[in-house]
Amino acid sequence: MATIATRPDAVATAAPTRAETPFRRFVSDFCESRLAVAGLVGFVLIAIVAIAAPLLSPQNPYDLKQLDILDGRLPPGSEAAAGFTYWLGSDDQGRDMLSGIFYGLRISLGVGVASAVIALLLGAAMGLISAYFGGKIDTLIMRVVDIQLSFPAILVALILLAVLGQGTGKIIIALVAVQWAYYARTVRGTALVERRKEYIEAARCLALSNTRIVFRHLLPNCLPPLIVVGTVQVAHAIALEATLSFLGIGLPITEPSLGLLIANGFEYLLSGKYWISFFPGVALLVTIVSINLVGDQLRDVLNPRLQK
Amino acid sequence: MSVFIIRRLMQSALVLVVMSLLVFIGIYAIGNPVEIFIAGDADQAERERVIAALGLDRSMWEQYWLFLRNAVLGDLGKSFIFNQPALWLIVDRMPATLELAITAMLIAILLGIPLGMYAGYRPDSFAGRSIMAGSILGFSLPTFWVGLMMIMIFAVWLGWLPSTGRGELGSVFGIRTSLFAWDGLAHVLMPAVNLALFKLSLVIRLARAGMRENLPMDYVKFARAKGLPTRRVIFVHVFKNILIPIVTVLGLETGSVIAFAVVTETIFAWPGMGKLIIDSINNLDRPVIVAYLLITVSMFVIINLVVDILYSILDPRVRLADMKG
Amino acid sequence: MTDQEPTLLVDDLRTWFFTKAGTVKAVDGVSFAVDAGKVLGLVGESGSGKTVTGFSILGLVDPPGGIAGGRILFKGRNLVGLSEEEMRKLRGSRIAMIFQDPMMTLNPVLRIETQMIEAVKAHAQVGETEARRRAIDALGQVGIPSPEERLKAYPHQFSGGMRQRVAIAIAYLNKPDLIIADEPTTALDVTIQGQILFEAQKLCRLTGTALIWITHDLSVVASLADEVCVMYAGKIVEQGGVDDVLDRPAHPYTHGLIGSVPSRNVRGRPLSQIPGMTPSPLSLPSGCSFRERCPRADRACLEPPAMAEIGPGRRVRCVHPLVETVL
Repeated sequence: MATIATRPDAVATAAPTRAETPFRRFVSDFCESRLAVAGLVGFVLIAIVAIAAPLLSPQNPYDLKQLDILDGRLPPGSEAAAGFTYWLGSDDQGRDMLSGIFYGLRISLGVGVASAVIALLLGAAMGLISAYFGGKIDTLIMRVVDIQLSFPAILVALILLAVLGQGTGKIIIALVAVQWAYYARTVRGTALVERRKEYIEAARCLALSNTRIVFRHLLPNCLPPLIVVGTVQVAHAIALEATLSFLGIGLPITEPSLGLLIANGFEYLLSGKYWISFFPGVALLVTIVSINLVGDQLRDVLNPRLQK
Repeated sequence: MSVFIIRRLMQSALVLVVMSLLVFIGIYAIGNPVEIFIAGDADQAERERVIAALGLDRSMWEQYWLFLRNAVLGDLGKSFIFNQPALWLIVDRMPATLELAITAMLIAILLGIPLGMYAGYRPDSFAGRSIMAGSILGFSLPTFWVGLMMIMIFAVWLGWLPSTGRGELGSVFGIRTSLFAWDGLAHVLMPAVNLALFKLSLVIRLARAGMRENLPMDYVKFARAKGLPTRRVIFVHVFKNILIPIVTVLGLETGSVIAFAVVTETIFAWPGMGKLIIDSINNLDRPVIVAYLLITVSMFVIINLVVDILYSILDPRVRLADMKG
Repeated sequence: MTDQEPTLLVDDLRTWFFTKAGTVKAVDGVSFAVDAGKVLGLVGESGSGKTVTGFSILGLVDPPGGIAGGRILFKGRNLVGLSEEEMRKLRGSRIAMIFQDPMMTLNPVLRIETQMIEAVKAHAQVGETEARRRAIDALGQVGIPSPEERLKAYPHQFSGGMRQRVAIAIAYLNKPDLIIADEPTTALDVTIQGQILFEAQKLCRLTGTALIWITHDLSVVASLADEVCVMYAGKIVEQGGVDDVLDRPAHPYTHGLIGSVPSRNVRGRPLSQIPGMTPSPLSLPSGCSFRERCPRADRACLEPPAMAEIGPGRRVRCVHPLVETVL
């Protein structure tokens, strides 16, 4: 990691020995942190598990025909009547924890990423519009953003869900509503700086349409901070959804995300059957930590103030 | 300086009005106010009484005015479940939540700032790296899961701490709080630490980032060139500069702590506002939801105002810039 | 004139930076001396190593850099190898430094008063009142009006010139024997620059403080310094009395520097420049570092030239100097 740098008159720059594109430099800077690489690897693995859940799970935990309630609440490592092993134990309905976690990851990741992407598109669009057109539109949009950001995410989600009711679509709406403001503010900030730069003026002189300028010229240069915010927000979205599901106001029981699995195990905690809550929690934890590690390093690498 | 405060006060008042308007529109224009304020099984006489009291048969403006008046007077309907005034229910539970939130914030600040400063000062030491690793964990661990694990480890396996509820309250200077009674402390410890975890990590990261950004700066070198002892350079010069972003973020996060207490209260069965709102949402106890909304909104507006004022005290450049207009 | 020991004697100082890309020899064998009450101008482009020289004297070179060799004799005492605590006692009390940009060097969130009083109290066991009195005194000395009120202000409430005066006042607070000023007027208007230079010179003569003035601007050196050292790529390439060096430069680089000052050029003719660019410190040319830009270079310049005396107090590091002797 960086030590306290001095102010030497001479800046040490070696002559590049091979063509170093910005992308290559970015990748090598990123890989300087082994933790971040580990996080990236972890996340990719989790994503694979989530996508391929039906193929990887020993049991489909939502197919009632496969469940045997007599197998309920077995500790990790036990044998099932059907012949496979409950590697991580079983819950009160006899569902295999491992399978439940795989399917749960799918839902948690799916909802988290979907809401983050939608929020990104919406927020980035609003931010770009705000920065590009300026004036009253800018003031209005930013006021809304400011007010919304002054309220904690969980509160906003809580209220929205109280009004809208339950359901997967409504959760996604709530998550999007909570997140879009961050993207809007970030993009607006960068776009304002970029807008003053000469290449935008040049594009204007060429009489390109506003839409074209905004999307083909302005947007690509606003991407770095957006990527950083996006990464962190995905982690937040996943955590928030889990929290809401845990509290019982999140995803319905038909879409059991990791939060719901953990909630299921709550009542068995005091009697020592920890695995029903523990393992889904670990899965959630690993997912979020991986994303945060990646996001951390991205932020350091893309932060101009920490450039060496 | 007072101009600054007055201006902020006016802005806050404006936000309050706007929010009350939004809530009003949310309930009266979009929702069906009758459903909200009248329990499903109320009889006709009750319905008519409520309709008359709320003025639901009058124009929108008059309804808004009545709504505001009722809100200020403290009448926001009765809870369907408890059959008591919604506002009273919430206010009754507020001290418990506030106590939890304030204890958590204190833990985050008193632990987080020194730890973060050390991690920024000696980033490559073992301690420095551990602190950073710990903060990433604290940041990523879902609060509710940590709470569950804490109960499991400290209450079930080790049996050191009680797992639910609020303990006995001690009393100092007329303030009744768990912090002044051993039993109360035992009960508040786990929930407060649980709630503090996220903020603690945040403060550590902010303090560390602040150190990393400030230590290479010219004013630090100049302070050393004046022959100031290192202790003074760090704890006077750098500290004040680090404090500014921390205060800003923390101030905004205070509201978040209070809101997030919802989760902690649910897990530890802490009798605060948060548990009440979750139960109310699940039970569709709408008057309580509305009351909670209004109260928390007002709280946040006040918190933001206080933070702004604090910030201007800390950073003299903001004060003067604002005065010049 | 006097045979008194010089306030500062730097002998073959080498300060190197050990980076991933290689070892940067920012200061590579620098020697000079400054007497009490005299002003030494240290001239060079950015990257020549002049600022690092200043920091080395104060022991403020941070990792990955460090003093790799040589001696720094401050009133006979070698500063290289002193403990941090001993250096701390000297900094700000016997040796002081003025930095380039006072906006960044004064802490923006602390009052001037705090920053001055702490400088006094760090080195003397005096009370608050006495420390404040000294601060007011110092501010008055640098020509700041109504110093008592000004003390309570914050740095951003001063103009650039005033801030630099405050920095100078802080430097003089404890009556140091040596002041190192690192480009203190670069960020200021020319008129303010003139005033600051005047103040500095006056104070020096008055208090007998030795002054090292680091700059890239020859005109500043011309009006202020008694002696000048010209640095290039970490080495001193020429030194001597200021009038002598500026009137009859011996090193081609010095000659080029003087020639490129706009006021010395003739109207209508293209500005004369030194061709090429300062070499990167990681890929210095072998032999004389200047040879790739020098019109007088030949095969003899492939050997690193040694410092040669061409007159009393006059030295040049070149095998083809423009002036052979100055007698």
